[in-house]
Amino acid sequence: MGELLINTSGAPVPMLPYLLVSLIMFFAGIYGFFTRKNLILILVSIELILNAVDINFAVFNRYLFPGQSEGLFFALFVIAIAACETAVAIAIIINVYRKFGNAEVDNIQEMKE
Amino acid sequence: MAQQIIFYILALAIAVFSILAVTSKRVIRSATYLLFVLLATAGLFLLLNYHYLFAVQVTVYAGGIMVLFIMSIFLTHKPGDQFITRMSWKVRSSAFLAVAGLVLCGYIIVKNVTRVYSYINGNELQMQDLGTTMMGTEKYQYLLPFEVISVLLLACIIGAILIARKEKSPMNPPQGDMD
Repeated sequence: MGELLINTSGAPVPMLPYLLVSLIMFFAGIYGFFTRKNLILILVSIELILNAVDINFAVFNRYLFPGQSEGLFFALFVIAIAACETAVAIAIIINVYRKFGNAEVDNIQEMKE
Repeated sequence: MAQQIIFYILALAIAVFSILAVTSKRVIRSATYLLFVLLATAGLFLLLNYHYLFAVQVTVYAGGIMVLFIMSIFLTHKPGDQFITRMSWKVRSSAFLAVAGLVLCGYIIVKNVTRVYSYINGNELQMQDLGTTMMGTEKYQYLLPFEVISVLLLACIIGAILIARKEKSPMNPPQGDMD
């Protein structure tokens, strides 16, 4: 399907719209990170931020250094580390829920003892 | 032309759904909007001609991480749960912060992105080059980070099991109707 998409197209999209899209995604993530109280929704915001970073890595690699593949590999490693981080964070969230009955940020203060 | 139309559809979907994902009132809807954002991002990788990154994004993000999210939402929320939002001055100040950062960074990007860049069309990365780059030990090759990532994944699996395991002697019995 990819070849079909590329071959039927004329001029490629310029670099600026990609960067603006990832910028909107990044700051939506920042807004959610500051305003959400639920732990899972904070994690959703972090995923948005990481995803915006992935887009930027891929775009800068494709447009500025098309002969190399460093951005591709950094995006791959970011995805892998995001998977690890999500697994551990969700284990912690389930544990918090078991202790306190909900998954809100305010409960975290009571856990240190 | 077709590429541009597809790009703008995907860009609109990403912008709308990422804003909906951080403002929606229900947790499960927020996670679903995040899934749409991740799939549209995979579409952007396809447009950039990174097919391997597209596959990884769909399988790891939209497959694995979203299943984790949805299962944890099922475990920690009752259906129809609406959650408390923060005080309104905090919402307003963080919205101001986000918009200010957006405007600043957008200004910098628009100002500077007209520098020289080149898009080489049809230059798809061969799977063989990708494999040798990932498995090589020379300069600009990534065997060590690859192995470190595998160790990190193992540590995360063990740590997640250790943290989320049920305790033998329940000091606080679990509340709610989870089993």
